[in-house]
Amino acid sequence: MKQTRFNANHRKLGAKMIEFVGWDMPVEYKGIIDEHIACRTAAGLFDVSHMGEIHITGKDALAFVQHISPNDVARLSPGMVQYTALMTAKGTYVDDMLVYCLHPEFYLLVVNAANTDKDYAYIVAQKGAFQVSLDNPSDRYSQLALQGRKAIPILQPLTDVALAPMKSFTCAFGKVAGKECLVSRTGYTGEDGFEIYTLDPEPGPIWDAIIESGKPHGLQPVGLGARDTLRLEAKLPLYGNDIDDTTTPLEADFKWIVKFKKSEFLGRDVLVRQNEQGISRKLVGFELVDRGIARPHYPVYLGGVQTGQVASGTFSPLFKKSIGLVYLPINKTAIGTEFEIGIRDRKVKAVVVPTPFYKRDY
Amino acid sequence: MYPNNFHYTKDHEWVEVKGDIATVGITDYAQNHLGDVVYIELPAIGKALDAHSTIGTIESVKAVSEIFSPVSGEVIEANGALNNSPEVVNQDPHGKGWIIRLKMKNKGDLQALMNAADYEKYLEGLEE
Repeated sequence: MKQTRFNANHRKLGAKMIEFVGWDMPVEYKGIIDEHIACRTAAGLFDVSHMGEIHITGKDALAFVQHISPNDVARLSPGMVQYTALMTAKGTYVDDMLVYCLHPEFYLLVVNAANTDKDYAYIVAQKGAFQVSLDNPSDRYSQLALQGRKAIPILQPLTDVALAPMKSFTCAFGKVAGKECLVSRTGYTGEDGFEIYTLDPEPGPIWDAIIESGKPHGLQPVGLGARDTLRLEAKLPLYGNDIDDTTTPLEADFKWIVKFKKSEFLGRDVLVRQNEQGISRKLVGFELVDRGIARPHYPVYLGGVQTGQVASGTFSPLFKKSIGLVYLPINKTAIGTEFEIGIRDRKVKAVVVPTPFYKRDY
Repeated sequence: MYPNNFHYTKDHEWVEVKGDIATVGITDYAQNHLGDVVYIELPAIGKALDAHSTIGTIESVKAVSEIFSPVSGEVIEANGALNNSPEVVNQDPHGKGWIIRLKMKNKGDLQALMNAADYEKYLEGLEE
C-alpha cells in the first residue's frame, strides 16, 4: 500500500485507516458525523495527497489541453483554474478534473486518485503531433484541502498568499508554514476553502501548523468518509458512481463544461448530436420518503419495473435523511417525481428533489 | 469494560439472560468498528429466530451490517427508541443501546457463547 507524507500525522491523531485504491488513508478520526458537521460549521482539514497531478508543458500546451478537454481552457490566464473532464471519442468520461493554468506553456491537471495511471496513459496516447512534454509527477506531490467558513482566519497567519482577495477558482504560489506551495481557492465540499499542493519532501509541518492554528476555530481533521458525505450534499460528482465511460456531461447535468463554440475536442461530434437530439436520461438528486438508506447500486424501480441503479447514496449528516443521485429517463426527471428503490427485501419510496442539497450561506 | 454477566458471540453481539428472557445488543468493539450508527432495522414482535439467524440490520454512514441472534427464541420487544436515536448504540452499547428482547427457546444455546474473559481474549487476537 502507498502512503502519503502525512501518514504519521494521521496515526498520531488516532485515525481509523483503510485501504483506498492502493493507498493507506484515514477514513475517519473523531467520527464521520462530527467531522462533517465541523466542516460545515467551522473547518475541516483533509489529506488528499492520493490525487493525481499531470504536467503538460511546451509550445502546444494550450492547444493540447483544448483537444482533450470539452471546456474552453483559452479563457484561463496564469493563476486561473477550471473544472472540466477528459473525454473519450464517444463524449463520455475518462475522468473529471481540474485544469490549472500556471503559465501559458504549463498546465497542471489534477485528477482522481483511482484514475491517475489510466488518465496519464490516455493523455500520452493523444499526444500525436502536438509539441508538448507530458509528465506524471503525482508521487512527488502532497496535497491538503482546508475547507469551511473559518478557512481564511485559520490559513492566513501561516501564509504570505493574500487569501481573502483570491477569487474562487484561482491559484497562487507562496509559502505555507515555511514550505513552497501552490494554493488554490477550490474544493470538493461545497464550502469556501483552499487546496494546498507542495513538492516539498517533508510537508508534515504544514499539517501540524494548520491543525494548531485551527484549534481555537473548531478545525477538525476529516477523513474519506466525511469527504464523501460532504461532496454528495453539494452534488459534486464522483467518478465511478455518478460519471464514467458510459455517461456524457450532458446526461450528468454538466452541460456547462461543454463549450460547443470550440471547433474541435475529443468527443465533440457525439456531444453535438446528443445536444441536438436531446438526452434520453439525466442525473438527478433524490431523497427517500420512507425509512431507510439508499446506497450505490441499489436497484431503482419506475412503475414497478427496474430502470437502473442508485449512482450515489448516503445518509446526510446535515439533513439527517437518505439522499443520493440517480439517472432517470428524461421524462421522469421533474422535481417531485416519485419512484422506488430496492433496499434488501423492501421497495422504498423516493422522490426527485432539487440539487444541490446544500448550498453555503456565506 | 465487558459486563461479566453477559455472553458474547464471535460476531460481536452480547446477550444478557434473566430467567428465560434474553436481551441482545452489539458490543462496544462492534459499535466502534461501525462508526456513527445512523439507522437500524428492527424485527417485528413475534418473529421467531434461530441462533445465528439475522435479527435485522444496523447501518453506519458508510456500511450496512447484519445483526445475528446469539440464541433462539421469539421477539417480545424491540428497542423502538433507536429508530429516532440510533446514536445511542454508539453511546451506550451495553445498556440503553440494547436492540431486542427474546423469550428464549433453548437455554442450551448459551453453551456455544463466550464469557467476558474469553471475549476479551478473542478481541486481543483480532487486534494483531
